[in-house]
Amino acid sequence: MKPGNQHTSKLNYNPVARVAMVIFFVVLCTIIMLPFVSMILTSFKPSDQLMRDGFNLSFSRDIMTLENYKALFTNATYFRWYANSIIITIIQVVLSLFVSAWVGYGFAFYQFKGKNFLFVCVMIIMMVPFEILMLPLYIQINSLGLVNSIWGIILPYLAYAMAIFFFVQYLKGIPKDIVDAGRVDGCSEYGIFLRLILPIMKPALAAMAILIGVFSWNNYLWPLLVLSDPAKFTLPIGLNSLVSPYGNNYQLLVAGSVMSVIPLLILFLCAQEHFIEGMTSGSVKG
Amino acid sequence: MNKENKINKRFKKSNLNKSSWKSILYSQKLAPYVFVLPFILTFLIFFIYPIIRTSIMSFQDISIGRVNFIGLNNYIRLFKDSTFYIAVRNSVTYTILTLAILIPLPLLFAWMLNSRTMIGQDVFKSLLFIPILTSVVVAGITFRFMFNSTDKALANSLVILLGGEKIQWLSRRWPAMMVMVLLCFWRWAGMNTVYFLAGLKQIPEELYEAADIDGANGWNKFRYISLPCLRPTMIYVLTISIYGGLSMITEYLMLWGGKSSPQNIGLTIVGYIYQKGINQNNMGYASCVGLILLFIVLAINLVILRTTGVFGKERD
Repeated sequence: MKPGNQHTSKLNYNPVARVAMVIFFVVLCTIIMLPFVSMILTSFKPSDQLMRDGFNLSFSRDIMTLENYKALFTNATYFRWYANSIIITIIQVVLSLFVSAWVGYGFAFYQFKGKNFLFVCVMIIMMVPFEILMLPLYIQINSLGLVNSIWGIILPYLAYAMAIFFFVQYLKGIPKDIVDAGRVDGCSEYGIFLRLILPIMKPALAAMAILIGVFSWNNYLWPLLVLSDPAKFTLPIGLNSLVSPYGNNYQLLVAGSVMSVIPLLILFLCAQEHFIEGMTSGSVKG
Repeated sequence: MNKENKINKRFKKSNLNKSSWKSILYSQKLAPYVFVLPFILTFLIFFIYPIIRTSIMSFQDISIGRVNFIGLNNYIRLFKDSTFYIAVRNSVTYTILTLAILIPLPLLFAWMLNSRTMIGQDVFKSLLFIPILTSVVVAGITFRFMFNSTDKALANSLVILLGGEKIQWLSRRWPAMMVMVLLCFWRWAGMNTVYFLAGLKQIPEELYEAADIDGANGWNKFRYISLPCLRPTMIYVLTISIYGGLSMITEYLMLWGGKSSPQNIGLTIVGYIYQKGINQNNMGYASCVGLILLFIVLAINLVILRTTGVFGKERD
């Protein structure tokens, strides 16, 4: 609300409309929160309830129990998955950011033969869903001997097309003088990137770190194909493996799902604006 | 300075060959290629080669230890395969429905949140945004149990509360489609709202002020100022929604617990690739499905690019 736009004589908004809109959004957000509420409630109920009644909002003191969480916290496999997810996410974020920024710098600050063609290739990769190529990629990783390895998961995403595209757009806004000044001062081409450009890119790197981090933490299909050893599972794969026909793992399933959402939720609550900006930074700026 | 000394020492030690190699590597001519090299490698190894590989496989019958070239047989079989048509129908229906819901509603939410009448914009925006942070696995499991067929599960208890009869959500076609679309809406509504909100915020206030002077009402301002200015955002949301719709699989795998859905009501094209390639180990046939989807995706993208020319403008 800019002060200049305010008319002193009358309200510049309709109070009825304001109340109606607030009520609308309160109802909408309540509905959006229902799945979380039902999931959290169910995680405190005995697991045979889940099989019988699914997720619901019923709530009674006598049946609520901490048994599921007790079982979860004494389950070494679950924490193995948790640790695997954390490790893969961190490695993937750090490496993908560095490699994508490295490539992005090449596109943004140099003129070279084949540049336009290569940049079109970046955009083509962005257009083709990974899922279409999952089978040949899987065979590829197999023949490279990377099955059951972290590298099998990370390598195809090292030069992450979306991050490259984003970094190029970002770097276009940075004056070329910095690079020339670096050259005059005797920096090598790579030194300029490492010492001058990378520090300037901090906001862009932070945005992409969030995007890639959330992507990596939640990624399911590709790790599912690469990993077959249950000890190497990530959280999403591990959680899904609990949905077995024999059904005695349901108490871990719901409590485990709740626990898997919590780290991102805490990070989100700490830095909402950064998260929202980072997650939506793939968008084309008009 | 220390580092420079070290480099100088190394230069003195190394023979002429080595130092000239180094000066080439460090030259301004070669540097850009060193920078884009990781991308070139990724593009060749993890994009071009798989496409070639999958194209070749689509002409083959592949079983363990044996590969036969069978020409167009996979394609001929595919065009007579009724399950494939069900998968295409489901994917296309899902994509159209998600577009029909995930563009107008978030646009409306963003418009309302952006209005001067509204308060608490940031709180509502954040609450709408939270679902995208959950993995499809957790979201899918949650929806599967919320839309359980028992009358006590959340969805059915609501239906009964409103005086209806309980619904077998995941075993009938349209209810199942509704669950998939709702799941998509739940995860993406906030994200799209933020896209539109960002687009709306970029529109200069002066345009609306000028319209006010001309006596335009709210609808006209929306129709003739906001909507045209949101064009790039709209195209972006449209593109990623089509992408997401046609590549959907994890939701399907989660809602039916990895088993095939009754009468394939939830089977998507990528779900069919997975079923044929991974579950039934019929890589040749699955490659065939993959290639057809690849052509569909590229064709749609080409049409979007040609009609909007948005990337053409972006480049300069």
